[in-house]
Amino acid sequence: MPMSDYEVVIGLEVHCQLATATKMFSGCGYAVGAEPNSQIDAYTLGLPGTLPVPNRAAVDHALRLALAVGCEIPPLSRWARKHYFYPDLPKGYQITQADQPYALGGAIEIPDHARPDDPLATTRVPLLRIHMEEDAGKNTHADEHSLIDYNRAGVPLVEIVSLPALRSAAEAADYVRELRTIVRYLGISAANMEEGTLRCDANVSLRPVGATELGTRCEIKNLNSFKFIEAAINAEIRRQVDLLDAGEAVIQSTMSYDPGRDQTKVMRTKEAAADYRYFPEPDMPPLAIDAAWITAAKASLPALPWARRRALVEFGLSAYDAGVLTADHELANYFDIALAACAELRGQPAASLAKTVCNWVTGELLKLLKADDSDDTDSTSGRSLAACPVSPAALAELIGQIEAGTISGRAGKEVLAKLFAEPGRSPTQIIERDGYRQVSDQAAITAMVREIVQAHPQQLEQLLAGKDKVRGFFVGQVMRVSNGQANPQVVQQALETVLEQLARADDKPDPS
Amino acid sequence: MSDFDDILARSARALASGIRRGELSAVDVTQAHLEQIQATEPALHAYRCVTSELALEQAAAVDRARAAGAQLGPLAGVPVALKDIFVTEGVATTCGSAILSGWVPPYQGTHAQRLADAGAVLLGKLAMDEFGMGSASENTPFEPVHNPWAVGHVPGGSSGGTAAAVAARSCALGLGTDTGGSIRQPASLCNLVGLKPTYGRVSRHGMIAFASSLDQAGPMTREVGDAALALGVLAGVDPSDATSLDAPVPDYLAAVDAGALGQLAGTTIGVHRRALELDGLDAEVRARFEASLAVLADAGARVVDIELPHFEHAVATYYVLCTAEASSNLARYDGVRYGLRRARPSLRETYEATRHDGFGVEVKRRILLGTFVLRAESYADYYGRAMQVRSLIAQDYAAAFTRCDMIASPTSPVPSWRIGAKVDDPLALYLLDVFTIGANLAGLPAISIPAGFTTSSPRLPIGLQLIGPHLAEPALLRVAAAHEAATAWHLERPPATGAAS
Repeated sequence: MPMSDYEVVIGLEVHCQLATATKMFSGCGYAVGAEPNSQIDAYTLGLPGTLPVPNRAAVDHALRLALAVGCEIPPLSRWARKHYFYPDLPKGYQITQADQPYALGGAIEIPDHARPDDPLATTRVPLLRIHMEEDAGKNTHADEHSLIDYNRAGVPLVEIVSLPALRSAAEAADYVRELRTIVRYLGISAANMEEGTLRCDANVSLRPVGATELGTRCEIKNLNSFKFIEAAINAEIRRQVDLLDAGEAVIQSTMSYDPGRDQTKVMRTKEAAADYRYFPEPDMPPLAIDAAWITAAKASLPALPWARRRALVEFGLSAYDAGVLTADHELANYFDIALAACAELRGQPAASLAKTVCNWVTGELLKLLKADDSDDTDSTSGRSLAACPVSPAALAELIGQIEAGTISGRAGKEVLAKLFAEPGRSPTQIIERDGYRQVSDQAAITAMVREIVQAHPQQLEQLLAGKDKVRGFFVGQVMRVSNGQANPQVVQQALETVLEQLARADDKPDPS
Repeated sequence: MSDFDDILARSARALASGIRRGELSAVDVTQAHLEQIQATEPALHAYRCVTSELALEQAAAVDRARAAGAQLGPLAGVPVALKDIFVTEGVATTCGSAILSGWVPPYQGTHAQRLADAGAVLLGKLAMDEFGMGSASENTPFEPVHNPWAVGHVPGGSSGGTAAAVAARSCALGLGTDTGGSIRQPASLCNLVGLKPTYGRVSRHGMIAFASSLDQAGPMTREVGDAALALGVLAGVDPSDATSLDAPVPDYLAAVDAGALGQLAGTTIGVHRRALELDGLDAEVRARFEASLAVLADAGARVVDIELPHFEHAVATYYVLCTAEASSNLARYDGVRYGLRRARPSLRETYEATRHDGFGVEVKRRILLGTFVLRAESYADYYGRAMQVRSLIAQDYAAAFTRCDMIASPTSPVPSWRIGAKVDDPLALYLLDVFTIGANLAGLPAISIPAGFTTSSPRLPIGLQLIGPHLAEPALLRVAAAHEAATAWHLERPPATGAAS
């Protein structure tokens, strides 16, 4: 059967580490990247006599995510123990939520792959549930020994489980991207795949197009980059197509992805799967989330990426620009503040300045930020944006000066670079100090233009002969002579005036 | 005869007031108990470790504080000892198991902390059945504990070391834990007061878990007033235990003083007569029970018959739930982070050797049972079913308490037995929990108090149990105090105390 006769069915399980000051069930502090076994306490180590106490901040983070994606929140949810023996699991069980999770349903909005021409078209990927749990530690195997770092043990996680509603590897990657953007908007997680604060397992199955029953699925574990999500799912699809085409059955299995060979391979089959012996956690009462908590959490939700994208497009920005600005919450906020400030400074409607401010933010500002910080693709520009030496108000002031004609756009770029190097100075200070103020004095500029025109008779002749390109040469010469301070618009006008005068002089009969 | 005899004869309450008033020095009181430990330990083996130096330091601090005019805590200078299930910072804690050998806790449990905050002096840690699993304090790789009333007999369990030490006056009061009767049954076998509070009344933080939904810590004392004094110190919400109850702590001593007046008019005591027809109920135990009922009736209490329709299912329900929870709670003992490690070439072999050597037979039996009942394919038939029956049992008690204020029964169906006599019959031992288990399943407070002795030789103590509704500790203490006021059993002194009575 050709591949096009199969329908691909993908469901994702995404683990997202919650960025709380302390762990899920103890007051133990936690920081990513700390010295091994420096972020531990008696509970983290599973010492006898210790008990779990839920971290309200972690539950609040998880609740905000659930509300942001439209989950239903049952008034009571329950903790459960999931048992297996492994050295990175200090208690011999993980506290999670099994049959009674805190959040049910909901959906993640992703770009609609069926309508690639409309960048604002979306489709909703429905969720089965979200539940909270504690993370395990980390084993490192070296020669004869294994080293265990318990820093991560007990760190709060949410697991977001989608329904098997995704139809391609690209959709799956988009789903994880959207989810990552949402949790970053909410400020509840760094959601960094390389650092492991965002992790993805993918369930993949095939069925003949038109079939209603699901095929046998295989779960690919530990997909730790967007590239691997797509590649691994595609590799697994190829494997299953080959099996089915050869008339063999797909056996329900847990898979791992080998990027070197671009292949998935079976880790274990369902028959060998562990019995986790789930049972209700007796050390904690059921978790109660009441209406007041839900109301307060809802009130704290920011506008989410798709809503902001649409709002920006209504403002006259292109879908592409809107996408760039909203990919990062900090960036979107930065833009909003800068635009509002600029509109106020100029006394103009914001919509009339949106494109200009967008160009400065997504162009010069991001370029300078990236030069400042050699970021990988997975980390946010938001992290550097948080440390951006130029405040949105300062950028607005700078754009305002350009709009007012006080400085040229080219000078503006230099001033912005200086603002980066000298945080704390205002654009106006730098403009004054370094003499960026534009010369807009018509008489002076006209005199300058006249001088240059007379000095280049050959070019003048070309221009008068209709070679309009030479106009740029004259403007450039004036800018050079004026040290870039001449207002280019005034220069254009002056050139126009001078040319007209010359033309008139030619038409008139020589009085002499 | 010495001053020390006077000290050892005093209740914890009397010691505390003597020290507060300056009649006694805390150091003398501690010294007297340390000497009593020396005198009794060779025969009893109640202590796992004695913290003499620490105790004398704490006692000296109490004396200094008193001399400086500082406010003294309610247990200032009172020598206490803890079942070795309680986590004590810097003091080895074994939980009666080889698997925790060498473990010195780096943190302080809530119980040790609250006792210390109240000024109590820690004498040491007390022997027990491994992880609280047993009824005779014999399930342990260490020496079995003897009953001070009859050396060669068991003190009960699992808090047998605590029972023996308190009975032998080698501590003024002790702490035990009760998952299915482990405070009340040894109290009964050693002529003591043993109080299992309402589930959640006392924190479980720093109490090594056996079965989390059933475990509860409580005092074991010679007199009812001492139990009230200790409970007042221990009770109250603990931010480190999410199941601890955030309910006000009443004045338990006031309840005891009210009860000591011997007036029980207006109090109704329920008796589940059908349970007394049990095959294994010892005739002398039954006789003493009826005598105790008469004592309460004489004080003005009304005795009524009640029904507990699911009583017969309590033992089976209990042994499904407690083994399930135990199999989970004991999964952490893997030799990786603390305690015993039997290093082997592979991880799996290390786990197996460590747990094989570290756990005793009874603990392994319960881990296996619990692991079985939690398997996906047996969960519904065992754990799920047991949880349903547990609710029915709790409903039975709630219904009974619409007719009475508390329920009276024997604590243990039999008095103590010879060490070793029942070790090969775990099922017979499980059935001995029949009267005590219901309170754990329903999370209710219960107390065992001295109710007399057998007429045989050796004379063996017999206990009376009272089970009350949720948070009814004051009512239980009041009735227990009335019973104590009308009897003199608590004043008797066991033969194996190293001094004439």
